[in-house]
Amino acid sequence: MSLELLTILDKNGKAQKGKDPNLPPEELKKLYRLMVATRALDDRGLALQRQGRIGFYLQSTGQEASHIGAAYAMKASDWLFPAYRQPGILLLRDVPYEKIIAEWFGNSGDTSKGRQMPVHYSFRQANFVSISSPIGTQLTHAAGAGMAAKARGDDTVFMTFCGDGGTSSNDFHSGLNFAAVYKAPVVFICENNGWAISVASKNQTASESMAIKADAYGMPGVRVDGNDILAVYRVCKEAIDRARRGEGPTLVETVTYRIASHSSSDDADRYRDKKEFEAWQKKDPIQRFKTYLKHKKLWNEAFEKECVVGAKEEIMAATKVAEALPPMGPESMFDDVYMNQTPGLKAQRKELHDLMLKGGVGAEIGHFPL
Amino acid sequence: MTATKKKSGADATGTKVMTMLEAINDAMRTEMANDDRVVVFGEDVGKKGGVFGTTAGLHEEFGEARCFDTPLSECGILGAGVGMALYGLRPIAEIQFLDFIYPGFDQIVSEAAKMRYRSGGEYTCPMVIRSPYGGGIRGGHYHSQSSEAYFCHTPGLKVVIPSTPADAKGLLIASIRDEDPVMFLEPKAIYRHAKDEVPLGEHVVELGRARIAREGTDVTILCYGAMVPVCQKAADLAMEEHGRSCEIVDLRTLVPLDEQTILASVKKTGRVVIVYEAPKTGGFGGELSAIIAEKAIEYMEGPIVRVAGFDTPFPYALEHLYMPDPKRVAAGIEKTFVW
Repeated sequence: MSLELLTILDKNGKAQKGKDPNLPPEELKKLYRLMVATRALDDRGLALQRQGRIGFYLQSTGQEASHIGAAYAMKASDWLFPAYRQPGILLLRDVPYEKIIAEWFGNSGDTSKGRQMPVHYSFRQANFVSISSPIGTQLTHAAGAGMAAKARGDDTVFMTFCGDGGTSSNDFHSGLNFAAVYKAPVVFICENNGWAISVASKNQTASESMAIKADAYGMPGVRVDGNDILAVYRVCKEAIDRARRGEGPTLVETVTYRIASHSSSDDADRYRDKKEFEAWQKKDPIQRFKTYLKHKKLWNEAFEKECVVGAKEEIMAATKVAEALPPMGPESMFDDVYMNQTPGLKAQRKELHDLMLKGGVGAEIGHFPL
Repeated sequence: MTATKKKSGADATGTKVMTMLEAINDAMRTEMANDDRVVVFGEDVGKKGGVFGTTAGLHEEFGEARCFDTPLSECGILGAGVGMALYGLRPIAEIQFLDFIYPGFDQIVSEAAKMRYRSGGEYTCPMVIRSPYGGGIRGGHYHSQSSEAYFCHTPGLKVVIPSTPADAKGLLIASIRDEDPVMFLEPKAIYRHAKDEVPLGEHVVELGRARIAREGTDVTILCYGAMVPVCQKAADLAMEEHGRSCEIVDLRTLVPLDEQTILASVKKTGRVVIVYEAPKTGGFGGELSAIIAEKAIEYMEGPIVRVAGFDTPFPYALEHLYMPDPKRVAAGIEKTFVW
């Protein structure tokens, strides 16, 4: 048994007959704008890290279609339990650049109050649940939240992401198993980008695909071209509708490629074949979608400029604002450990406060940005 | 999501003699009737009512949606519990034995405990993780360990251990109502032995307040869980054999810790014995010892003594020698006088 890879856009940017979801022109242009903006945001993030202005960055370059197409199929009231490579969803859900970029600086503009490394966002207003670094923990959360919504009779659907490496985690097994047993309204997206830092996806599993694992859990598994935003959208829309109808979870494997290194701390040239990289560069999701838009006469140079320059300018302006925000106060370290500070924490907070009055505390440790 | 609260169950008045098992069951029944966000789940907790019977009758009374069995995955139980709490339920996740919790350890220490902090307070995880723990039931290595220290070492978690039926009920209700994740560890050795009057209906024991289980003047004994009755017997021995008047402090919650009560007692008696059944090294008793050394050393008239499990894996056949017993605790008490 093998699963077909579902594709809609061919090499020449034409949608295969009968498969085009026929989104309205304005929506198609919106998707293009989001993909371009996401890449511009990524470029900016890496540049700030290289300039030493933020400590770390992690790009999603090449995976814009995979995550934007998936989340675009949701309602705004649906919840996301993301991994760490889906920043385009924040733009899709109207999170301002300034808020996103303040998270990189970890300063007072950061909704997470500087508690996590860059790109570990939390945006409750966007139903975008706090990201953790371990690769699969969010999968069981999505299953549990789905069980809760179902028990309460809500029609919320939950989408959660992991990578190919995440399929090896405890939580992948537990999350898919729980969601399937309780028929929870969850869509599991495995973005198979070929690499888990330096471990190739072929070394991650002996299964012929990630999607085929769904069969063992008693849920549908679908393999889709992750660099084809229309195909990703279509497959995810079906999975979301299915979940909302009470028919249970789906596993979607988006076959894509991590164009950049794992993170700003990694150098993929040390372990990756250049030919593989170059072959995938030719399948760039933004270029493919652009060709499709050209065929539809929805793209021209003026639109391109509006998308690219517009995003860059907004991101530059937002960076300026975000970077200038004051740092978190030292005593904020002791907040949000519990709803109310324990007596022990109050005492430790006072200890730090008193030492700081004397000066010099913390001078030897690397300050932000690193 | 807003809570739909019903006023029932909590209206009952008076007291009833209950075992700790019955008191824990009564606490969950009371809160499930009070708050329809409360759900109980885990392995065998549904129709069977739990391997020890703590959830007996809850499935029947509240239905499958409120009390249900799960697949055998601690990672799944705890991870799903986090998701339920994030979405607005008040999950009570039962882990059949604390010894089985480790496949889900990551979900407790890196997810449930850190959610409030790492999201800047945007997301919270009000969840109770209940689990029977500790030795004394001939359960061998995988049904006897006392691993509370791992959880006390995790900021963001609260750690609660009752020693009486009334406290078990009152502390469990307080834990369910708490806005933060709580490890509620149940000393299974005294699940059935401890029988006491338990208030019916609403009964809340505030977290972070220790209990003076016996007043005394010569030496303070700090203990919790199944060690409290052991220390009571040891205190009797110390009085009979050496005329020592022991004050027993039952900690009730290790996090947050009631330092005030501990230090007041230690300053009064000038001597302290710390009793816990976990392996001695790295155990919570070490923390108590350090607090006393830092904050009350000038009051001490003898060494701070720990009586604990040995630094071995839990021994099946020799558990009667591994667990602190009244004789060993009494010997520890004497060490604070003669050294």
